[in-house]
Amino acid sequence: MTAVRALADARLEEGIPALIQALGYNNPGAAVMAVNGLVQLSEVAVQPLLEQLDGYNYGARAYAIRALAAIADPRALDALLDAAVNDFAPSVRRAAIKGIGSLHWQLLAEDDRAIAQTHVLETLLLVSSDPDWANRYAAVVGLQALAVALAKTAIDTSHVSQLSTRLAALAQTDPDPATKARARMAQQHLRQLSQPLLVA
Amino acid sequence: MLDSIAPSLEPSLSAPPGSDVWTVEQAIAKLSHKDTGLRYYAAWWLGKVLGTAGTDAEHHAAAVDALMLALQDEADRTELGGYPLRRNAARALGKLADRRAVPSLMVCLDCDDFYVREAAAQALGSLGDRTCIPALIRLLDGGVAAAQLVPGRPHLTQPYEAVIEALGALAAIETTDLIRPFVEHPVARVQYAATRAMYQLTQNPAYGERLVHALQGSDIQLRRTALSDLGAIGYAPAAEAIASSAAENSFKLFALKGLLEHQLRLETTEALDERSLQIMTLMDSLL
Repeated sequence: MTAVRALADARLEEGIPALIQALGYNNPGAAVMAVNGLVQLSEVAVQPLLEQLDGYNYGARAYAIRALAAIADPRALDALLDAAVNDFAPSVRRAAIKGIGSLHWQLLAEDDRAIAQTHVLETLLLVSSDPDWANRYAAVVGLQALAVALAKTAIDTSHVSQLSTRLAALAQTDPDPATKARARMAQQHLRQLSQPLLVA
Repeated sequence: MLDSIAPSLEPSLSAPPGSDVWTVEQAIAKLSHKDTGLRYYAAWWLGKVLGTAGTDAEHHAAAVDALMLALQDEADRTELGGYPLRRNAARALGKLADRRAVPSLMVCLDCDDFYVREAAAQALGSLGDRTCIPALIRLLDGGVAAAQLVPGRPHLTQPYEAVIEALGALAAIETTDLIRPFVEHPVARVQYAATRAMYQLTQNPAYGERLVHALQGSDIQLRRTALSDLGAIGYAPAAEAIASSAAENSFKLFALKGLLEHQLRLETTEALDERSLQIMTLMDSLL
């Protein structure tokens, strides 16, 4: 654990493989420290994280996905989209669903950005009907973040209205009280940004 | 289990072939199948499927009838004389929210299988029918002095945790004095159950704080138990301590969901209050 902390604090690119390894120690304290270290290293950690996603250890994978989501580099988009829909581990899916909503879109060229945001929106709308409340909850968090980004960048407003219609439906009718409340919180947040377009 | 969002008490079961496309009628029929393994699975299936998704009233009632009958099963026995099917039928009935099951579950409180008594007490706690309170109280006869480990078994003489939690959930205020001594029971899980019930019965924050303190304990299992207890009582001042406790995010998320739901029930206005917003912000950070 002390070794992981020292490595995380050092912020050295050479330390990345060891930090990624620490995600799989089954030691939550060490893993959290390693995630923080990787997030601080930011972009240079993205490629190694993607290459070393652990297909056999869902605990390690959840931490890696959390790190990728926090770094928010759009190069992780495909991995995050896949994990958001297909991973069997709930903790991995939740982290990915939240992550796809809040990528650093400005790192993408305008055309790529539009395509990527369309994929993300479709995926978030899909998982917003997941049977598991926690995935729907995470989808609301993702939709809120995407709405903020779309309000700044989108040329096509149909995405925005699709998104706000879905949030309104979740806020009214989701069977889970926590998810329903989170959708109301998202609406409240978007209203405060005084973006009338965002609130159906 | 570690990755589950809802910490579950169910044993892990491997599904028999074809069971993923069972209809409710087929599952009910399997409750009297000659293969006792299938019966056991079918009882679990009915609790899981009808407890989460729901079905039409007629099928729901038929499932409850069949499960009530399964509470008297004699065919499925363990080496130690336990009744696996009765245990699963009682757990399923706890999820189906039909109070017609209360009298038969009360009979199960006298079953000689500890785990049937435990499952029945849990089910009675969740069905919310207060007529079972005297029957639950009887299992506390003899107080803490009688609440001893059974030699050679991993459990106490009675399912104290389940009984005490049920009495707390049923708001059985008349049992406050009976439950209070269990807060000092030598078994930590019983202590926690009593602390949780005492909070529900008295709303005294000292009991909530005791559970918050338990989040600092050295045993991960007990930290998870304290998390689930805090979620069950919806003790809002614990939100920060829950989010920063040393346990898996799934357990913390589920505990905070309990706090949030409790908070939402107190809200009277259209706008979300500060506390609900704070809890959701913490939940976001645990995804």
